[in-house]
This record gives sequence, C-alpha cells and structure tokens, in this order.
Amino acid sequence: MMFDPNVILRHMPEIMSGTAVTLALWITGMLLGVILGFIIATLRRYGSPLLDVPLGLIVEVLRGTPFLIQIFLVYYGGPFIGISLDPIPCGLLGLSIYAAAYYSEIFRAGYQAVPHGHFEAAECLGLSRLQIIRRILLPEMALIVLPPSVNLAVILLKESAVLSIITVPELTTTVSAIGSQEYAFLEAIFLLALIYWFIVEAAARLGRAAEARLSTYRFAAP
Amino acid sequence: MTLPAISVQNLVKRFGTSTVLEAINLTIPAGQVSCLIGPSGSGKSTLLRCLAFLEEASEGMITVNGEALGFFENSRGERERLPLAQIRRVRSQIGMVFQQFNLWPHMTALGNVAEALKTVHKAPKAEAEERALAQLTKVGLANRAGHYPSQLSGGQQQRVAIARALALQPKIMLFDEPTSALDPELTGEVLNVMRDLATEGMTMVVVSHEIGFAATVAQQISFLDQGRILFAGAPGHVFAKPRHPRLEQFLDTYLDRGASMLV
Repeated sequence: MMFDPNVILRHMPEIMSGTAVTLALWITGMLLGVILGFIIATLRRYGSPLLDVPLGLIVEVLRGTPFLIQIFLVYYGGPFIGISLDPIPCGLLGLSIYAAAYYSEIFRAGYQAVPHGHFEAAECLGLSRLQIIRRILLPEMALIVLPPSVNLAVILLKESAVLSIITVPELTTTVSAIGSQEYAFLEAIFLLALIYWFIVEAAARLGRAAEARLSTYRFAAP
Repeated sequence: MTLPAISVQNLVKRFGTSTVLEAINLTIPAGQVSCLIGPSGSGKSTLLRCLAFLEEASEGMITVNGEALGFFENSRGERERLPLAQIRRVRSQIGMVFQQFNLWPHMTALGNVAEALKTVHKAPKAEAEERALAQLTKVGLANRAGHYPSQLSGGQQQRVAIARALALQPKIMLFDEPTSALDPELTGEVLNVMRDLATEGMTMVVVSHEIGFAATVAQQISFLDQGRILFAGAPGHVFAKPRHPRLEQFLDTYLDRGASMLV
C-alpha cells in the first residue's frame, strides 16, 4: 500500500465542506453549551434549592455516560418518544447539552473561587443579584474559568467526531467515506488527525491570547 | 427626643442549634460613634452583620431611622419579612466596611467607588467618576484612582473601601474590624479617616479591637461577651476603675495594642 497524497487533493472540496460543518457544529455547540452551562450553574447557586437537585442529577448523568451512547439514544431512540430530528440539529443539540453539563461545572468552580465578601460588599451597596453576577462575579471568575474552558473546547472538538455515527456530514464522516471510496484508509486517517490537530492548536493559541489579554488587569496576584 | 439612628429590640441570632446573640437591646444615637468591643466569638461581628442585614436575625426587631429593617411585626403580632424593594431602600441608608476590604480586584480604585453610583444610582459615567474621585480625594487617595487593589497597600485598600461606602451618601456607617487585617503601622491612616468622619458627625458603629480608638473617639461603648451585651455606656464610665472583672480580663490581653493608656 502506497501513501498517495493525490487522493486528498482530488477530494479537496468535500474535505473543505466537511471541515466547515465540523467547525460550525463545534463553535455553535460550544457557545450554546457555555450559555446553557452558565445558566445551569447560576440557577443551582442562586435559584430555588428545589432546582439544585434535579439539575445536579442531569449534570451527573450527562457526565457519567459516554457521548457516543447519548447521541445514539437521542437519534435512534428519539423517534420512539416522538422526537425525530435530522442528523445536524440532533448533533448540535446533543453536543450543546453535553457541553453544558461540563461548562456548568466549570462555572460552579468559578463561582466558588470568588470570595463571598465581594458579593456581600456589592449587596450592601444595593446592587441587584443580576448586577452582581454581571458586573462583579463574571469578570472576576473570567480568568479562572478560561483555561478549563479552552481545555473543554478542545475535547468537544474531538468528541464532535462521534457525530459521524448518526451520519452528520462532518469531517470524520466525509473523510472516512473518501477513504472507503478510494481504498485509501491510511491517507484518510492521517489527514483527519492532521486537521483536528490543526484546529486544536489554533484554539489553544486563541485561548492563550485571551488569557494574556485578561491578565493585563493584573488583579490575579495579591 | 430625637429618633435613634438604629434601634435593636430583643434580637436573637441562632446558627442551627447554637445561639450566638441573645436578648440584644441596643440604641445607636444619630451623629455619634458607638463601639462594640469584646473577645473573639462574643458575637459583636454577627451583631454588626445583622445591622447590615447580611445576617437575618432569628428573632427581634431592628429599626433604622424609625423604619423596620428586614422584618416587621404585623397586626397579629407576628414577625414578617418585608418586600425586597423596601429592604433595599432601608439598607441604602447604611454603608458597610469589612475587615477584608472586599474591593473588587478587576476594577481600579475609581471603578470600585464609582460602580454603585453607576449601577444603583444610575448616574452617568462622567458624573459617577467625578463623584467617586471626590470621595477618593476625601480619603487622601486621589492620586491612586487608576490603581488596581492589588497595587495598593492594605491601608490604602481599606480607605478605598471606605470611600466606596461613602459614595452612596449613607446616613450610618458600619465598620467590621476595619484595621484587624492591617499591619500595625498601617492602622493609623485608616483610623484617621474614621476620626475625620466622626468629627463630621457621621453616625458610626464600629466593631474593633482598637481600644485606644474606642476610648478616644466613641461616645458609647458596648461590651459583648458570650452573645450578650454585658454593659454599655460612655467610655469614661466603662473604662473607669473599678472595672467589671470580665472587661479587666479582656483589657489585659490588649495591653500591647493601645490599651496601655487606660491602665
């Protein structure tokens, strides 16, 4: 078996389109996950105590089961309870919820890292809960939650390959198909690894830049 | 008779099964400095936190300038929680200064002082910062306006925290061990700011181990022990010999902290 880079060149348009679908699903899923995760963490901390237990249970189940099985259940099991989703919306939904579970834990740690006195000082000055969260707690925890958030983003990108099992036309689906079609499995797998790694590197660099920018506040060191 | 700034009636505070404050009755006269002193664990900080409504009293009433704080007694004589808006309004008359300063580290000194003016008083940015700068000038820190808390000394941080509380023009200022987290040589600058405030006629309630400050600045001293106010009165009266044995014992431990002048 020969390593034939021409296979890759011949299929450039499909590879580009697969990469675009992966990027789109990853970034949207991540953003939705961040927002949903933040809402979950905030409700668990400042909402009714009645919410904390069910939300905690959902987070535990989502973190305790493989993404592969979750997505399988939603896609193939969904129709039995009347939820029929196309591969892309199903994949996006699955990725967002999976991400939300983990992001909610990152924000929970973020909330815990801000000294309670900072909250009390704001409360004494008459700031509302929402103002305190937006103006004090979120910016204070930003630097703390950033590194684990970038780490999670990288994991999510790689987990998005799982969406190929429900035929989402993303990178892994596309490149595997090319591999089978051309009997060029080595080239396909090698290319896949390279593209994922490239995106991960770019994300990590972006994360470091954001961290550097945030720490110009120089409030981290006492 | 003028209305007291704060009046506390039969206040009880329990944490779970342990009672930390018992049968507290206290009147804070307007325009005066009242000090709460006592050994660690006597409940003085908890009492102050109840006055700031950071802790909710388990029983009893607190009124601020005649208005109920947090709870009121309804027509059937039951204790009932007030609506949040009203709690906020009564609370806005009170400024609080913490032992640990609690400045927000992502904002400059000016940003810390201007924050509530912008978000709570809805003042335009320029006006908020102008007023904030005036407050920083008052505590002698106008030249540190652009510094982040991490770039300030403990004494400077506490002065910024005082300016932050003063910016909202409270009628009453509460101080919870304002100098306890400071190096001894930095306590002076904070106490001086507090002395100036007292001279201006600010109503102040101070929890402090600075017996010297209490003796020279306060008009009223309350001595707490094991969750009760053991006795209260003017410093001349409280510190006059023969002293209460519990106070004598307490002062002994603070001889090296400015109390020597009294002995």
